[in-house]
Amino acid sequence: MSAMLLNKEKWPEFVGKLTGKNVWAPQSDGTEMRFAPVGENEKVVLDYNNTRVPPKGALFPQTETMFKFEIGSDKVEEPPLDQEVVVLGLRPCDARAMTIVDKLFKWDIDDPYFVKRQEKTTLVGLACNEPGLNCFCTSVGGGPAATEGLDVIMADLGENYFVEALTDKGKALLDETRDLLEDADDDAQKQKEKLSGEAEDKIKRSVETEGVPEGLPGLWDDPLWPRVSASCLGCGTCTYLCPTCHCFDIQDETEGIDARRCRMWDSCMFSEYTLHTSGHNPRPTRKERTRNRINHKYSYYVDKFDVIACVGCGRCTNLCPVNIDIIEILRQVKEAL
Amino acid sequence: MCKNPYIPHTATVEDTWFETGGERCIKTFKVVFDDEKVRDQWSHLPGQCAMIGVLGVGESMISISCSPTEGQFLRFSVMRMGKVTQALHELEPGDKMMVRGPYGNNFPVDEWQGKKILTIGGGIGQAPLRPIVEYVRANQDQYEGLTMIYGARTSNDLCFKGEFEEMSKCDDLSCHLTIDVEEEDWQHNVGFVPQMLLDLDPSPENTIAITCGPPIMIRFVLENLKKLGFEDEQIYTTLENRMKCGIGKCGRCNAENMYVCKDGPVFNYSVLKEIPEAFA
Repeated sequence: MSAMLLNKEKWPEFVGKLTGKNVWAPQSDGTEMRFAPVGENEKVVLDYNNTRVPPKGALFPQTETMFKFEIGSDKVEEPPLDQEVVVLGLRPCDARAMTIVDKLFKWDIDDPYFVKRQEKTTLVGLACNEPGLNCFCTSVGGGPAATEGLDVIMADLGENYFVEALTDKGKALLDETRDLLEDADDDAQKQKEKLSGEAEDKIKRSVETEGVPEGLPGLWDDPLWPRVSASCLGCGTCTYLCPTCHCFDIQDETEGIDARRCRMWDSCMFSEYTLHTSGHNPRPTRKERTRNRINHKYSYYVDKFDVIACVGCGRCTNLCPVNIDIIEILRQVKEAL
Repeated sequence: MCKNPYIPHTATVEDTWFETGGERCIKTFKVVFDDEKVRDQWSHLPGQCAMIGVLGVGESMISISCSPTEGQFLRFSVMRMGKVTQALHELEPGDKMMVRGPYGNNFPVDEWQGKKILTIGGGIGQAPLRPIVEYVRANQDQYEGLTMIYGARTSNDLCFKGEFEEMSKCDDLSCHLTIDVEEEDWQHNVGFVPQMLLDLDPSPENTIAITCGPPIMIRFVLENLKKLGFEDEQIYTTLENRMKCGIGKCGRCNAENMYVCKDGPVFNYSVLKEIPEAFA
């Protein structure tokens, strides 16, 4: 589909055109960037590195109602999930992460909440010109201007945004804003490619994944696991903020006779996660839990869905309070193989 | 629009009774779906599970402890352990139980036709084995024979005791009960299940062995089955792990690359022995 340009001065108008939909975009809350619904006076910021919390919540909210009911009745009411949503300015790694969890949420039985939200959501991505310190997307199948999972890709060319629809959904969105866009010329296309090539060169960290999915389970009793998990506090940040982590808990909440069954993000790094009611825990310490986390991402998921469940966004490394670094763990894995 | 797999069906408790007493008592529920369509569409096989619960409290994955050959109802035998099982235990005939499923794979009862079936159970581990016993008894002409070994710590910890007392008098199966410690008036064996298996010395020839019980019992039963000459492929067991969704999404029930809720709960030993986490 044809490439367009959006002059940055027209950006507020572009966002304004989409107000009929629920627009999610990165905004500053004073200390950090986060994806949030765009209100009238809120400023969408696009010159950001990445948000602390990934935008996975657009399709898989941190907490969501599965159904409502009244105590004493067996009649349940499902949420309609019929609202259109546009996510503006998500990074290619986070969009790609959605295609990875997509495989699980549609494995054999469709997860109706994820599927319905996905049908109503248009993802407008923004290519990275300045990758972060711990970014390694290029090692795991992505790239700073990768388009997988996106409906529209944008790139910051300085004065203009380069804008290109990638799917029918994306095309429909650009049709709505057509009067703000102008056709992109060859120079713009070349500039975009140049910037994305430069961004790739700026990525300094990498992991070697060859042989890892097949070899990891064989390292079950390797001394690397107690070593790499020794300083882990079990806080769950690495998994909670991971764009490909999809685990959830299900709980019933009641208030008077009003009740709901809801699900919320959960983490395999928590001890309660696998704790049996008998008191037995198949993953009793952080060693087993760390081993599961790395195996799940780099082996089990590959085995089931043929893709590594890591997009190299670097959040787990950036945000770990004790500096556990997934790249270093994978280096040790590779060394032990 | 697709049917939401997380929405449970309403079932009415028809009958309940206690299998065992004490703090962690086991209560059996016989339930029937309220909706005739659900009743007709429901189909399960021995080994499968269901998510059962009470709205406002939660749900737990529980083995379906009856065979489909027994009729258009479900049976669950539930040990009182936590919040959900406590709420389930409060249900009496006429109360509503919420049920969704059936989940997981099943024992390959069709593949086993023409073979001798040997079940080895311990404690609440008999709940997933009971459907096999009932299924094979209902289809006797398709199987070569049925031997059942079942044990618990004391006679008061044996589930389905009345049924098995009856069965031990039947000709169609050989039923062996055991308890760990000697008791007055106990007519059956005294000793651990794995030892009883060795003592009975069943021939592995044309036989399928299925075991379920506490992890420590399973470990020694597997060892002893090997001593008796059983090949890995002749041995099956069923696993349990904490579960939330039952349909392979919530993530927590994995034993390495296998989800117990979807790839299990029934596993052949030839597969299982390659998965150290399954025995963790």
